[in-house]
Amino acid sequence: MNIKDVENLANLARIELGEDEKEKILHDMESILGYIRQIEEVKVEDMKSEYNICNVWREDSPATADEIESREFSRKLIVDQFPDNQDGFLKVKKIL
Amino acid sequence: MIDLKNLTIKKARKALDAKEFSAVDLASAYLAEIKNKNKELNAYLEVFDDVLEQAKTADEMIARGESYPLLGVPLAIKDVILIKGRRVSSASKILENYVASYDATVIDKLKKQGAVFLGRTNTDEFAMGGSTENSAFGVTRNPHDVSRVAGGSSGGSVVAVAADLALGALGSDTGGSVREPAAFCGIVGMKPTYGRVSRYGLISMGSSLDCIGSIAKNSEDAQIIYNAIYGHDVLDSTSITDKTYPKSSINKTIGVPWDLVNGEGVDLKIKENFKQSILKFEKLGFKIKDISIKNLDLALAIYYIIMPAEASTNLARFDGVRYGLHKDGKNLLEDYMLTKGKGFGKEVSRRILLGTYVLSAGYYDAYYGKAQAAREILKKEFSKVFADVDFIITPTTPFVAWKIGEKSDPLSMYLADIFTVTANIVGVPAISVPSGFLEIEGLSADEAGKKLPLGIQFMAPHGGEDLLFEVGKKFEEISSASDSALGAI
Repeated sequence: MNIKDVENLANLARIELGEDEKEKILHDMESILGYIRQIEEVKVEDMKSEYNICNVWREDSPATADEIESREFSRKLIVDQFPDNQDGFLKVKKIL
Repeated sequence: MIDLKNLTIKKARKALDAKEFSAVDLASAYLAEIKNKNKELNAYLEVFDDVLEQAKTADEMIARGESYPLLGVPLAIKDVILIKGRRVSSASKILENYVASYDATVIDKLKKQGAVFLGRTNTDEFAMGGSTENSAFGVTRNPHDVSRVAGGSSGGSVVAVAADLALGALGSDTGGSVREPAAFCGIVGMKPTYGRVSRYGLISMGSSLDCIGSIAKNSEDAQIIYNAIYGHDVLDSTSITDKTYPKSSINKTIGVPWDLVNGEGVDLKIKENFKQSILKFEKLGFKIKDISIKNLDLALAIYYIIMPAEASTNLARFDGVRYGLHKDGKNLLEDYMLTKGKGFGKEVSRRILLGTYVLSAGYYDAYYGKAQAAREILKKEFSKVFADVDFIITPTTPFVAWKIGEKSDPLSMYLADIFTVTANIVGVPAISVPSGFLEIEGLSADEAGKKLPLGIQFMAPHGGEDLLFEVGKKFEEISSASDSALGAI
């Protein structure tokens, strides 16, 4: 791993890092990766992941009162925390 | 004056029902202690301004003849659990002024019982750490020695209980964050089976590992809190029911993974204390069995792949668009970069990058895929072992609480989780119970005789919470009996 790799990861994760932060993270990552690399020694050829998958959601049909999947929340508290809003809507920068 | 030092939830409830003191009296006593000690200890990030009103409501409920196991009981809540209308920050700059718009399920349950919330407690930022040194709002200090860490990440909640600033508390445990600080501060911390307590309204770190746990002075109190918060919840898709796992019964057999306990990096005195604890169980008629779990020593590596992977995904949502910190740039991408760059602390950035790395093209199979497969293997190995033993015990931590600032290298801090992460990876419940004290060597004359607490950890099969509380109570009984016979341990 080198400083370019750290910059690439920071870009992917959308985190702006200072030059000395990058150096520090590079050093830490090398020590952490050195440790977790022992996972490579595990033999897993005959191992299939056995996820126990089932539907935990209710059927896609009108819900009865006790099936309603939400807790009482405050619209005002949500809107109050928008960094920017207009007429009760969240206002964001244009994307295109 | 209420004797807070010797008060337990059970005793407080009796006194409240008998009108020996009111919920307002009790809350006032805690507020006075907080005023005295919190400045130094930094357990609370915020003490709520309506504590006495909450206590008054509890007194009205008591006056109407209502009685619940936590009615009027003052609790501390870790700053990662949402209470509607109150600030919750995950001890991060990125959520510093965030106000919760709904109640977490655990809070909803506690409110129905008339519990009193004293405040929100300090934690490592986004619960990432084992010492509460990663908080954006200062370190929490260990009440047994204020130059040392309290452990973490639920350090604030644990210190609140250990220093009599709350009667009980909620924490969260992703790799030991309830149990490790409990051991460092000499109290009880319990992490339930994965899915047993709803995560709805808990700020996520590693979603397949996160659990809300109870923190209390003894196992009985921890059980009272656990009983109040567990249960199936439609709002948490990973929630389990009473029927998910079969009930197990006790055959009085305890397994000890000696390979791991005798491994590198475990303090000799910790081992000595652990052996003493085992002797106590032998005297009680328990059979002690040496167990070997082949891939147990991989647990920490598995953990430090899966946890950052899940955390990097979970924390992607904090981008300055809808809530929390917002730093304005020239365009949307710059908004993201600046907001996250300013908002996240060092450890959080580190884990996000590590998670991004193990999930990125070319590394996914080698790290994340492999870790998931190894996790399945470990789960199988555990269920095999639990066919033969009721509990697996280890020390809770490989060493005692360290000096603040002593562990600057992240990997050395991660190694503190060596005994605790496995329960989260496998999903089994685990409890840490105090197992005595260690005298610190090489202290100056005025500090001589200072002692630091140690903990012992019990793991039980999935769904075995009640077994843990029972064994915890037994251990407390024999420990206090031998304490009074021998002075102290």
